[in-house]
Amino acid sequence: MNYEIVIGLEVHTELSTKRKIFCNCTTQFGGEPNTHVCEICSGMPGTLPVLNKKVVEYAIRTGIATNCDITTNNKFDRKNYFYPDLPKAYQISQLYFPICRNGHIDIIGKDGEEKQVRIHEIHMEEDAGKLIHDDWEDCTLVDYNRCGVPLLEIVSEPDMRSAEEVIDYLTKLRSILQYTGVSDCKMQEGSLRADVNLSVREMGSKEFGTRTEMKNMNSFKAIARAIEYEAQRQIDIIEEGGKVVQETRRWDDANGESYAMRSKEDAQDYKYFPEPDLPPIIIGKEWIESVKNNLPELKDAKKKRYIEQLGLPEYDTGLITDSIHLVRLFEKTSEICKKPKIAANWILGELLMRLNESGKTPEDIDFDDSSLGKIIVMVEEGKISRDTGKKVFKKVFEENVDPEKYVAENNLGLVSDTATLKPVIEDVIAQNEKSVNEYKGGKQQALQYLIGQCMRALRGKAPAQEVQKILKELLDK
Amino acid sequence: MVITDELVAYLEKLGRIELDDEQRVKTKKDLQDILSYIDTLNELDTDNIEPLSHSFPIFNVFAEDEVKNGDMRDEVLKNAPESQDGCFKVHRTVE
Repeated sequence: MNYEIVIGLEVHTELSTKRKIFCNCTTQFGGEPNTHVCEICSGMPGTLPVLNKKVVEYAIRTGIATNCDITTNNKFDRKNYFYPDLPKAYQISQLYFPICRNGHIDIIGKDGEEKQVRIHEIHMEEDAGKLIHDDWEDCTLVDYNRCGVPLLEIVSEPDMRSAEEVIDYLTKLRSILQYTGVSDCKMQEGSLRADVNLSVREMGSKEFGTRTEMKNMNSFKAIARAIEYEAQRQIDIIEEGGKVVQETRRWDDANGESYAMRSKEDAQDYKYFPEPDLPPIIIGKEWIESVKNNLPELKDAKKKRYIEQLGLPEYDTGLITDSIHLVRLFEKTSEICKKPKIAANWILGELLMRLNESGKTPEDIDFDDSSLGKIIVMVEEGKISRDTGKKVFKKVFEENVDPEKYVAENNLGLVSDTATLKPVIEDVIAQNEKSVNEYKGGKQQALQYLIGQCMRALRGKAPAQEVQKILKELLDK
Repeated sequence: MVITDELVAYLEKLGRIELDDEQRVKTKKDLQDILSYIDTLNELDTDNIEPLSHSFPIFNVFAEDEVKNGDMRDEVLKNAPESQDGCFKVHRTVE
């Protein structure tokens, strides 16, 4: 029998705000346990949350960029559950009036045609803390640093039909979230997490099959693998005459299989009610308009501008705009050196080569974002040679050195002032009478030889063009 | 709505508490009384009334996106039932 896979996604993304959603603590990733925690995010009685305005703004941005309707009258709701990752014993979330509804993202479908994946809703909520289970001591240790970091949950309709469609949807969504500046979407750090709702049904059937929900996938590759596995598992059950059980399953990427989680019994009963500690949020037309007008340039618009205004080749543009990290570096570098084409060449040449060599990706770039621009300026102004520039860049890439300081300290600069070069060149002319005569007799090769001798005498620290110019002046006198 | 023994048992489970028999009887009665009292409201005609979630006419109370807190772990952990390695320590709890 032929089966169709039906997939819907719930994506959680941590917002790049500085402050947590309801208190004045930092959202910074990591840090010693409980050092980014206060009386509010540790759920002490008698404390009051105050909503971070930026969270609302970022939610509106995401809603606009995913073609959603923005809800005018918003409120938060209390989702009650008893688990130590949430010290209040409830999560502040939005159930009844999510901030965004009825959107869509366009993807390339299975058949190669563009298709829409509908967004059911996007809502604001707070992240939970991290539990560390200590088997030895039979206890659980809790770190609340992540507790209260703002999240958007983006819920799609069950509109995807294959792992490829899911990956395309996630790639588009990530690009939107990164370009709008809403989230850095680092899957390794959990700032982008996807839960996959999947069911299978006979091809052509109108009814949905029983779905399972899969959690714990921290890369696109793992998601694709988990989908293939879970679809096959469900098909096998049906073929054997069994019934798929609705449950939450955890993906074990190392072993390439999923297993049923011991369900939080009756956890569905969250006893939601309107959050009394937070007043409603009213989002008027002016607010939406102002967010719309200040929306950062999205990928397609950027691509168009790079090609049309900066004159970059389409292929290069594609490579750069595929990664927000390359885009940021490119824009900073261009701003400093004022030569976008040259900046693009360095990024696609030297930088991608270094990333490749070290098995890193653009999001791992950790050198100062002004360094590449400074190197290009030095090369273009003839202060260092192109080769030296590449060597300095290697050092910047590996050790994040300050390129200008590094050149000065290691005496790598080119000498280009005539006063310094002239005596050396005169010396070379005096010592190479034979070649000088050959040149004067019309032998052009002799000039190349003399330039070589000058460069040797200068130990490569002068721009060859400058040397040639002075040399010719002296010889042609 | 009628509060049954089953419902009380279910609420115990959700709240992760255990009541003894005497408390169960009392809880059942209390909850029933509360609901009956609230039921009085059903006598009113609310057909054309907007649902109300907050009783004060306040909205859009925001904080700017600024970090003002530093590390206050020692203070915060004073409220922990027990602590270990800078963490709150609780009974082993696994999903």
